[in-house]
This record gives sequence, structure tokens and C-alpha cells, in this order.
Amino acid sequence: MDTILEQLPVVIGALNVGFLQTLKLFAVTLLGAFPLGLIIAFGSLSKIKAVSVATQFIIWIIRGTPLMIQLLIVYYFPGLVLHNPIWGGGEQGRFLAASIAFIINYACYFSEIYRGGIQSVPVGQYEAGLVLGMTKGQIFRHVTLLQMIKRIVPPISNEIITLVKDTALARIIALQEIIWAGQAFMKGSHGISGAIWPLFFTAFYYLVFNGIVTVLLAGLERKLDYFR
Amino acid sequence: MPILEVRNIRKTFDRTEVLKGIDFTLEKGESLSVIGSSGSGKTTLLRCLNFLERPDAGSITVNGEVLLDCSDPSTLNESQIRRKRLHFGLVFQSFNLFPQYTALQNVMLAPELHAKEEHVHNFDREALREEAAGIFADIGLYDRMNNYPHQLSGGQQQRVAIARALILHPDILCFDEPTSALDPELTGEVLKVIRKLSEQNTTMIIVTHEMEFARDVADKVIFMDGGIICEQGNPRDVFNNPREERTRQFLSRYSQK
Repeated sequence: MDTILEQLPVVIGALNVGFLQTLKLFAVTLLGAFPLGLIIAFGSLSKIKAVSVATQFIIWIIRGTPLMIQLLIVYYFPGLVLHNPIWGGGEQGRFLAASIAFIINYACYFSEIYRGGIQSVPVGQYEAGLVLGMTKGQIFRHVTLLQMIKRIVPPISNEIITLVKDTALARIIALQEIIWAGQAFMKGSHGISGAIWPLFFTAFYYLVFNGIVTVLLAGLERKLDYFR
Repeated sequence: MPILEVRNIRKTFDRTEVLKGIDFTLEKGESLSVIGSSGSGKTTLLRCLNFLERPDAGSITVNGEVLLDCSDPSTLNESQIRRKRLHFGLVFQSFNLFPQYTALQNVMLAPELHAKEEHVHNFDREALREEAAGIFADIGLYDRMNNYPHQLSGGQQQRVAIARALILHPDILCFDEPTSALDPELTGEVLKVIRKLSEQNTTMIIVTHEMEFARDVADKVIFMDGGIICEQGNPRDVFNNPREERTRQFLSRYSQK
């Protein structure tokens, strides 16, 4: 197989499989990091000094070091240092390790955005809830939460778009996502070798997917436009 | 028996004593105006009554029930404060309506949550809605109750805030400078509503800078200065024949404006 046109169907098929793994990592990260980020945000806002200091210390570590190193540590530390290879050697183990590293990393970024969102809701909203006899939980769920969401949609959108592309970092622990699949055609895969264009072509997948994400998030922003 | 008995309330923020022992009583159906310059402790007093601040000393008794007594730790239980504060309603200077809800939803939210929490089986949402609509009719906003706060003027928003407090039937309704955040031409519509409530014998405490209003509407006036009650009495006496020099000075500063 020599011409790109002949290679195309094979390459697309392989890239699709890789992109499915990319999407899975993307979705699992969001599902995990959205709630975990909220818990971390409450931790860093805690009135108990020890809790808030410890939480902010963790955020500092996670945001201050490369995600790529975090991936390597989560994947290799248990096996190479603790001699307890909990992840096994398979694709499933790699996916699990990558998910954990991504969730923790993104939860820390989200938590800072949440914290800003919570603090930007005027204290008068909270006090109005109090004098109406609401509990702290009721005030958060029924008063603060939606106002916070409205404020954090733009910064969170930025993170989500970055995440789509950051999933490529999982390549460092050989997760078979789309970059891995594209790169494989250089060494040889599906009977094609020495082709670099499939690797370049992966960018198109990210671009299209981020286009969809952008439209959806803009829709959410518009939906929350009904109040100020 | 007075509906409200406040004894020796003291409050200190960062070594500044804002309230230095406040005593007063209020009878059911009375409206009380609290006047005084900025920083005299008026707002802090209201916030103490609504349990937004905890006094360092003193007691608050409503209908004979001691809600708070700083010398009796059993009254300071955090979990009971929520029930206790419902004896009071508070209308804020800056309205503090919930922007994501319509005027009607703002008014209905708290009673709905209370009913849900107490597992009221036959909670009649329609009856609540009708009661809310009745209040909207009273405050002249029946046709605006499905508007969101940002679609309403400041005066309209403040009237919604009053409705939101009224629907919980507080024993004592407190106003914290309810017209200070409004353009002058919008104060009238809010004061009209408060005046009407006073005529219906709603028990009220109004912290205000509207001297004419305080004189006309209140049954009783308290002049605060430097964290103490400098003078109190019926409005005619306090406004026309103030006994204290400080009251005289304060009132003359206002009449010059």
C-alpha cells in the first residue's frame, strides 16, 4: 500500500479505535474531577486551618508539577518502588492509572475555579438564605450553586478544551489513545510503516471534537443568560 | 408582656465595642424606628436580633421565650438557631433577592424548603402560591411576580424582598435601611408598603435615615450613638423635644439637609 488514498481507510480505522480511548479518558476525567474538585474546593475553604492548609499544599504539589510526571509516578511507583504492580501490564491497567492521574490533576484545577466561583457570590445571598431559615446545605444547593456555575462556565470551558488535548500525555505510559495509534504507523502497524501523516492527521480529530465541545459550552453559557 | 425584650446586648469586633449594652422592649403591633449616624451600631443590633452576629453578652426574649442568653450556654446551641431566627424577618439594604428565581419563586422558596424538610405530606403548594399572589397584590406587584430580579427596578426588588420576609409570618419584621440603596424617586413606593404594614399593626423594627418617615410611622423611636441608646421614646417627644444634646445635634444635622 503506497498512496495515502489507499492507506486512508486502514489508518482511519486504527485512529478511530485510538480516539475512542481518548474520549473514554476525557469522559472519565470529567466525571471524576467535577465532584472531586468540589470536595477539594470545600477543603481549601474550610474554617479548620489544618484542613485548608493541607488542601492548599496538595493543590500546590499537583499544579506545580508536570502532569506527565504525575502519570509516570501513578503508573510506575506501585510496581517499581513498592514492588506491588497493582495496575497489571494490560491496557486496562494503563487506563485506570491514567484516569486516576488525570482526575486528581484536573480536580485541583477545577477546585480553584470553584473556589473563585463560590467566593464571587455575594455574602448577602448566603445571609438572605440564613434569615429565611435555610440550612447551609439548602443555601448551597438552591441559592449559591447555580450562581457559581454561571460564573465558572467560561474558565471551566478553557480547562475542558485543554483536557481534550492533554489526554495525549497518556501516551507516556503507552495508553493506546489516538496519538499512540497515529505514531504506530511510523514503526509499522496494520501493514503500513514509515508513514508520518497519520500522526499529523490526529490533530484533525482533536480539532473537530473541540469544535463540538465549544458549541455545547457556548450553549450552556447562553442557557444561563436568563439571570444576572 | 412585651413581644420582644432585649437586655444588655454587647458586641465587640476586633477590640472595637460596637454595642455597649442595649436594652429595649417592643410591644406587639408596635413599630420601632432606630435612628443614628453611621457607625452607631444600628445595623449590628439588627444583625444580632437575626442571629447573623452573636452578641458577646445579653439576652433576647420573644413572647416570653428566651431565644438567646449569653450567660446560659444551653441557649447558644447552633442547631436551634435556625428555628429561633424565624421569629424575626430581615429586609436588607441591598435587597439580596436570588437572581436565578422569579419574584414569585423568591417568595415561595423558603416555605417550600421548610415544608419539604418537615415532610409535610399534604403540602398545599397551590395555597402557598395563592398566599404569595395575595402579598404581591398588596405590594402592587401582582403583574410583575413572574419577572426576574434584574427585570425589576430597585424599588420593586425591595418590595419583593419584603414579600419574601412576610410569607414566613415573622413575629418581628426588621428593616435595615430599606431605602438607602434606592434612587430618591423610588424610596416612596417602598416606604408606602412599610407604612401600610404598620397600619396593619405589623410588629416592626426599622433602621432608617428617613427622619420624616420615622416620625410619621413609628410608635417608638430609638436614637443610637456610639453603641448605646442615647434616647428613646415616642416620636413626637424625641423629634420635637429631644432631651439629649447629642440627639439635638443629630437631628439638626438632618434638618439642614
